[in-house]
Amino acid sequence: MNSAQIEIQLIASLVAIACAIPGTFLVLRKMAMISDAISHSILPGIVIGFFITHDLNSPLLIILAAITGIITVILVEYIQKTGLVKEDTAIGLVFPALFSIGVIMIAKNANDVHLDVDAVLLGELAFAPFDRLLISGVDVGPKSLWIIGVILLITVGLLLAFFKELKVSTFDKGLAASLGFSPAIIHYGLMSVSSITTVGAFDAVGAILVVALMIAPAATAYLLTTDLKKMLWLSIGFGVLSAISGYWFAHWLDASISGSITTMLGIIFLIVYLFAPSKGVIAVMYREKQQRKEVSLLTFLLHLKNHTEERERHVNHLREHINWQKVRAKNVLDLALKNNMIIIDKQIVSLTKKGDEFTSQAIDYIITNEDAQIEDMKDDFFLFRG
Amino acid sequence: MDLQEYFSLVFSDYTLRTITLGTAILGAVTGMLGSFAVLRKQSLLGDAISHAALPGIAIAFLLSGAKDSNTLLLGALISGLIGTFWIRGIITKTHLKSDTALGLILSLFFGFGMLLLTFIQKQPNANQAGLDKYLFGQAATLVESDVWLMAIVTGICLFVLLLFWKEFKILLFDADYTKTLGFNTKFIDILITSFIVLAIVLGLQTVGVVLMSAMLLAPAAAARQWTNSLSVMILLAAFFGAFSGVFGTAISASQNNLSTGPVIVLVAAVFVAFSFIFSPSRGLLFKQIRFIKNRRDLELHKTLAFMHHIAETHEDISHPHTIKLLNNFQGFTRKTLQKLVEKDFVTLNGSMWSLTKTGFETAKNLYTKQTTEDE
Repeated sequence: MNSAQIEIQLIASLVAIACAIPGTFLVLRKMAMISDAISHSILPGIVIGFFITHDLNSPLLIILAAITGIITVILVEYIQKTGLVKEDTAIGLVFPALFSIGVIMIAKNANDVHLDVDAVLLGELAFAPFDRLLISGVDVGPKSLWIIGVILLITVGLLLAFFKELKVSTFDKGLAASLGFSPAIIHYGLMSVSSITTVGAFDAVGAILVVALMIAPAATAYLLTTDLKKMLWLSIGFGVLSAISGYWFAHWLDASISGSITTMLGIIFLIVYLFAPSKGVIAVMYREKQQRKEVSLLTFLLHLKNHTEERERHVNHLREHINWQKVRAKNVLDLALKNNMIIIDKQIVSLTKKGDEFTSQAIDYIITNEDAQIEDMKDDFFLFRG
Repeated sequence: MDLQEYFSLVFSDYTLRTITLGTAILGAVTGMLGSFAVLRKQSLLGDAISHAALPGIAIAFLLSGAKDSNTLLLGALISGLIGTFWIRGIITKTHLKSDTALGLILSLFFGFGMLLLTFIQKQPNANQAGLDKYLFGQAATLVESDVWLMAIVTGICLFVLLLFWKEFKILLFDADYTKTLGFNTKFIDILITSFIVLAIVLGLQTVGVVLMSAMLLAPAAAARQWTNSLSVMILLAAFFGAFSGVFGTAISASQNNLSTGPVIVLVAAVFVAFSFIFSPSRGLLFKQIRFIKNRRDLELHKTLAFMHHIAETHEDISHPHTIKLLNNFQGFTRKTLQKLVEKDFVTLNGSMWSLTKTGFETAKNLYTKQTTEDE
């Protein structure tokens, strides 16, 4: 590994961390698409800034672009407030219009601007180490590293200072307002940080990757935990992991680094989405299947409890009367037998003592919805886990 | 070339005619289907789908090795559909919200697509140049067969729309009721979504991945302001879309260095802004005018009621009072006084005013009338 490679990975990791922090709150506040809108609509800000400064890394450009981002948010909220269209339509209308203005400005001045739309959308991490920051002639490292480092420091500082306020206002706006933190200030604060991060990162990794780095790690972490602190740590971890593995994948494939990092984020999300212990798709589907089976079991036991006559308790009758398919009936019978709730004697099904008690308890639970009696059942049955 | 020249050339020049026709048809079909997206609160789905189509284009190229636009669009269609159904899966199976799901699929698919595109660019295959036109679209690459494809798809869309009109309409406005009536909501839902995906994919070549969502939303959002009827809205949206297409093409053709996609989007945005402001029933302008008018009426009533209050204390209702008396009362302005005179409720005599008989009667009934209406 040479020093350029280390620097690229360092920049990518810092960007990942800087994006994961606001991203977590955006996902929790259901504002993920705002980050997509900001990342597109900062383009005119960048172009104007570039006309003035002729330097993609100038702080003025970053501030101008961040202001465009905040204007986007204000514009979207204004359109939402008029009630003329639904909220998501407002987002979908604002950012393509602003982005188009940016593209046209670039196209009209293509001759004297060395600014490429592709570069803005995709960035090029591979070139980041070549743009050095020189302080009185001494090389102190790549410019992007310093920019994203400063942004990260500010973000972390704000996070530590306002963690409590952010947490309360994210989960309970009303409570936050009544405790005296203005939700509006926190909202616009978060939007400003997101805009600045987006602008600071776009030059290194491009607008789309910024969105991916904000949303994907947070969404992945949200599938694994419901604790805010853990979620922050996890999303930072996922971000850095995919940044580094993505770099090596791109190195091996000789393709775009930002695309490759996004692909890694996608793979991580896919794995967690499928296999997350309680919220993954497989776990959810298994739980749903079990719950269906248990509802059938309960229906069946209730039927047995209500009917004492032998005709109603004949195995074949199950199919006729409760109208279950053969397979499901067999499944339910097996489950009940396994739990010693019924005995089958000469094709006649009857409840055991345990089954009888269970049924009464279950009915009680369904009627009163009080948990106390069925604590011990929770281990065996998904249905009663709430 | 200026605009006038463009319009004189549009019927004779092959390229211009093809492009104009293509963008017009595209605008019409996206406007039509966009109406459903907007009303179903799926506005951003278009954005997600158009981004999600990118890896499909790249994979189709990698597999076929050719740049046939139909093959590429088929790839885009498949990958767009995968993206759409994954978004659904995320929303229904996990506790992630729809905005997260959209942003996630959008950025992940797009990033993967970019990875493949850069990978393709490094390949020694000379055929690969020009795949990046799908990013921003290039209307200039449209040929007659593309326009035919668009026309055919639009025809199919129209046919299906008319065939399932009742089902689409009822699903839009009351999904639960539709289910209780025994319609297969899942099927109708998938049908609409698939057509939205199809329309988006068609537009990729012209407008590009990034701006396609605006083509879907803007005409529909503009049309929504002028009507409350679904059929009128769809017709209007198609009309707005087609016009944005034609105007956008005309403007971009008349200037150097202007790509068509962004110009079309901006023209559509102008339509939206115009509709937001000037629509008679919902527009901001008329809303503001109505607001001001209501406030004036209220102030007029307040002044009249105050006058009535004073006049009541005198035996002669037309007993003159000085205008100064009204000064410490907020509803009063010189204009409202003038209006009251015009309505013949008040007569002015120098700096004195007095209520007329009609004015007194109106003022007396001002609130009693309202209370009877309320009850």
